[in-house]
Order: sequence, then C-alpha cells, then structure tokens
Amino acid sequence: MAQGLVSFFRRIILLREISSLVMLLAVVLVFFAISPLFLSWENIAVILEIIPELGIVALGVTMLMISGEFDLSVGSVFAFCPIIMTMFVVWGFSPLLSVIIALLVAMLLGALNGFITLFFGIPSFITTLGAMLIWRGAVLLVTGGWPPPFPTEMSTGILVGKLGFLRASIFWYGAIAVLLWFILERTDFGNWVFATGGNQVAARAMGVDTQRVKFINFMLCSLLAGFAGLIQSFRLATTLPSMGTGLEMDAIAATVIGGTALSGGVGTVIGTVIGAFLIRVIDNGLVIVRAPSYWFRVFIGIAIILAVILNSFVRERTKKLRC
Amino acid sequence: MGDDKYLVEMLNIHKWFAGVCALRGVDFAIGYGEIVGLVGDNGAGKSTLIKILSGFYPPDEGKIFFEGEEKHFSSPREARKLGIETIYQEAAMVPKMSIMRNIFMGRELLSFRMGPVGYLDIPRMEEESMTALQKVDLKLRSPHALVDELSGGQRQGVAIARAMYFKSRLVILDEPTNNLSVKESQRVLEFIKELKKQGISSIFISHNLYHVYPVADRIVILSHGEKIGDFRKEETSVEEITRLMILP
Ligand SMILES: Nc1ncnc2c1ncn2[C@@H]1O[C@H](COP(=O)(O)OP(=O)(O)OP(=O)(O)O)[C@@H](O)[C@H]1O
Ligand SMILES: [Mg+2]
Repeated sequence: MAQGLVSFFRRIILLREISSLVMLLAVVLVFFAISPLFLSWENIAVILEIIPELGIVALGVTMLMISGEFDLSVGSVFAFCPIIMTMFVVWGFSPLLSVIIALLVAMLLGALNGFITLFFGIPSFITTLGAMLIWRGAVLLVTGGWPPPFPTEMSTGILVGKLGFLRASIFWYGAIAVLLWFILERTDFGNWVFATGGNQVAARAMGVDTQRVKFINFMLCSLLAGFAGLIQSFRLATTLPSMGTGLEMDAIAATVIGGTALSGGVGTVIGTVIGAFLIRVIDNGLVIVRAPSYWFRVFIGIAIILAVILNSFVRERTKKLRC
Repeated sequence: MGDDKYLVEMLNIHKWFAGVCALRGVDFAIGYGEIVGLVGDNGAGKSTLIKILSGFYPPDEGKIFFEGEEKHFSSPREARKLGIETIYQEAAMVPKMSIMRNIFMGRELLSFRMGPVGYLDIPRMEEESMTALQKVDLKLRSPHALVDELSGGQRQGVAIARAMYFKSRLVILDEPTNNLSVKESQRVLEFIKELKKQGISSIFISHNLYHVYPVADRIVILSHGEKIGDFRKEETSVEEITRLMILP
C-alpha cells in the first residue's frame, strides 16, 4: 500500500508536464489570494480570450522544436498574415478567399525557412532570425507604418464570435491542441518527429525522411503563427504592424516551460498548453493585482529558469530514488 | 558481372573527401549467412566503406552488387529496402524514445491510415517488440522503458532484435563493442551468432581483433584506404592478422 503510494508519487513526479503544472497552480493560488477577483467568471473569460493567440503559436513552435529546429519569425508572420488578408480584401477578393490566401502565404514563409535551413544546412536560429527581421520590415513597408483599415465586410464570427461567455478562438485552440497531441503521440508521423529531433542520424539510418519531417514542421509552425495572427486581428478588428512583437520569445518560453527540450526530441503538447496558460495567467494576474507591467518580463524569466531546473534537476534526483 | 554466390559484392570502390583519399579500389564481398569481420586502424576507411554500402554516400568510383544485380543507393532508405540494416554504436537508437518506438522507428505498425498519417497500432507493437527481444534472449521490464536507461550492450541487443524482426538480409555493426565491458561485449558477440543462426549475414567492424576473431567466418583488413588482407578464419591466425594490421 505504502509502496504503491510511493510509486504513484514517483510516476507523477516523472511526468514531463508536472513542474509547469505545479507552477501554474501556485501562480493561480497566489493571485487568487491577493485578489479574489482573479478567479471571477469575467476574468476567466478574459484569460480564455487572450490565451489562444499565444497558445496556437506555441504549439507550432513546439512541434518544430521537438524535431530539432527553431522558428524566431513567428511574431513577424503573425503580423504579416493579417496584413496580406486585408490587402486581398481591399483588392476585391472575397473575405474567405483572402483568409485562405493569407494562410497559404504564411505556410509558404515557413516553407522558405525550411528550404533555406535544410538546403544550405545552416542553423534555423539564423535563418529565422533573418526571416523575423525581413517580414517585420515588410509589414512596415507595406503599411507605411499605418494600419490599413480593417475590412468592414469581414465576418469574424467563425474565429472569434462569442459563444456564451467564451469566444470561438478557444475552441479552435482546443481543437488544434487535440489534433497535434494525437499526431504527436498516436501516429507514425509523430514518431518520426521525436526520432528526428532525438537522434537525426539514427532516424535517417532507419529510413525516416528527417528533412521532410522538419520541412513539414517549418510549414506547420508558420501556418499556425499566421492563423493566430488572424485570430488576433479579428478580435481587435485591426491589423497593427506591431502585432506579435516579442511573441517568438513568449512562444519559446511557453514551450520550454512546458518541458520541451531546446535540443529537440522531447516535449509534449499538454506541457506547452500549460506553459502558455502560465504566461497569460501571469500577464493577466499582474494587471488584476495592479502590479506595474514590467514585472511581467521578470516573472516569465523566473518561470523559464525554474521550469527547466525542475525538469532536469528534480527529475534526475527522483530517478535515483528508485526502489 | 556480379557474382551471385555473394549476397553483396562491392568492386573497386573509391572515395575521396576534400582531397583525402578514404578508399582506393577496395573489393569487398559478403556471402550468404556469413559473418565478416572488418578490421583496421583508426581512419583506415572502415566506416566509409560501410556507409557507402548502407547508402549514406555514393562511391566516387566502383560498383555495388546485391545478389548479383547492380545497385545504386541514393539514400539509406533504399539500402534498407533490400534488407541492409546498419547499427552504429551511438546512432542506432534515439535515447529519449521508448524501446518499442525505437524498434519500430520508420517502420511503424499501423491500424489504419488517415491520408498522410497512420494511426499507430500500439498494442501490437508492444507485443511484437517483446517477442523480438525474447528472440535474442533479452529480458527487459517493459517496451515503454526509455532506451536512455539501457546499458550499451542492451542497446546493441535491441538494435539486433530489431534487425532480426524486420528480416534483414545483412546487418552491419560498426564498432558494436566499443566502450563495453568484457561481459557486455560477450553478450553482443552472442547476439551476432544468433543472427548467423537465422541465416542473416553480418559485417562486424572493430579495431579490437580479439572481439572479431572468435565470431567471424572471414576477416578483411583495411589500411589507409586499401584492402591488405582477406582471409577465411581457418586459413589464418590472430598473429598473422595482428602483424598485417600493425604494418606501417
Ligand atoms: N565526412 C568526412 N569528411 C571528410 N573526411 C572524412 C569523412 N569521413 C571520413 N573521412 C576521412 O576518411 C578517412 C577514413 O575514415 P573512416 O571513418 O572510414 O575510418 P575508420 O576506419 O572507420 O576509423 P575508426 O576506426 O576511427 O572509426 C579518415 O582519414 C577520415 O578523416
Ligand atoms: Mg569508424
């Protein structure tokens, strides 16, 4: 009985997501203790409204990071995609077609990252750092710094329409998370993603087309960033050229807090969902308790370091406590 | 002009790397069910030779025959389709993945396909991986244990079980006993003998002649990119091979 309890406890500790989950609960409790308003229905609705944008980007970053690559350009694609959409609407294309074109462009930008990284064999950190600057620059060039008017004919219901006190975007986020969890944990492609990031040479020797796996994940990551950008611009009914600035850092933070290894091969969808919640909860909680907003960066910084310490150090220790 | 008394025949293989000549005109053949030991000093070209055979790179010159038929491999995947499986010490496994997922990596068992992705048949993979491990007499707790938690010898065992499960024709082991204790090395040698019992050919690369000699049917010696010896075991002795290996 006691032994069963110990082994149950060990299993829990060894779960990849546990450290982020504990941190999330702790943060929620602290904010709730300071201000009970924090867990009011109104505030929960606010959190659920802002979470999908970061959350969806972070899921793409996670898939790519597990396969061993980075994408720093997600914040710029996040801004670029809605602007493409608006431009096409202004040129007289139907809103639906404009959305599809914008998403295809986002995917194309991911394909470009993938092609340059894989064909020339350079680090994706560099490729996507370049891409980040280029597409942010392009956004400013295209808009001249002024946001184009958000098309009035745009129907924003399917992405951000209100359903009770929730917005549709949270359901999109949920659906994407479930789909990616399924792909990663239950399909052959998911197995190749882990294998590619975990040991590319071994994966290749076993016939996994590692270049293809990475290329697909580059496209997926960029597509999701563009999609999240559309959600935000629909929610705010604008296309600001500054949208998504710094988002790449938050997305990587959510991913790493959730237990994904920077070096690839390890990571979970659930962890990243928890990581994204943690970041947005800290963000929102600081507002609720009226702390100055610069504390946000400080806390996220602490959360990242703490999560990684908990993940590696505590797990190693626990493993040694075996039987 | 391949000779089909061999499973694989490599003729006049040359390979250059940025001015370094790694292989110059090597002929190398493996018979059916034969264990060939490939020995030579560091940098002799052993790994290069078998990387060409397993499709990692093409030869700059020379021909490869599989069962008498000429082949050009443009990727490891093509070589593997013919049943040529390569096991590298560090690179055979993904440490952070489970034993089961490693065994089926790239050849997953599926329940059904949904367009581009297939749904993993996890119960069948669990069962089959345990069966495969039992065939090499490897007793492991669970197919879900991480490869990270296995010893070097056990990893070789899993890799060999995998090659057997997928009915490979030729298993190439690059330094399988590197960094292993004496006892673990013995286990690996047992695994290799098990391959032969199943009629699977193998190439066993090592610079430790004392590991190769007891199990090999034939021993090939490389030095500075050239083949300097090719003996059936009964025609030679450890002393003779050692003498050849240490020649300048
Ligand atoms: N990818 C490469 N690029 C450049 N040179 C290489 C490459 N691979 C091998 N070489 C060179 O080719 C020669 C043969 O190397 P190889 O790895 O085949 O030797 P080896 O017999 O396997 O040695 P070891 O016992 O140390 O593993 C060496 O001089 C090596 O430096
Ligand atoms: Mg070598």
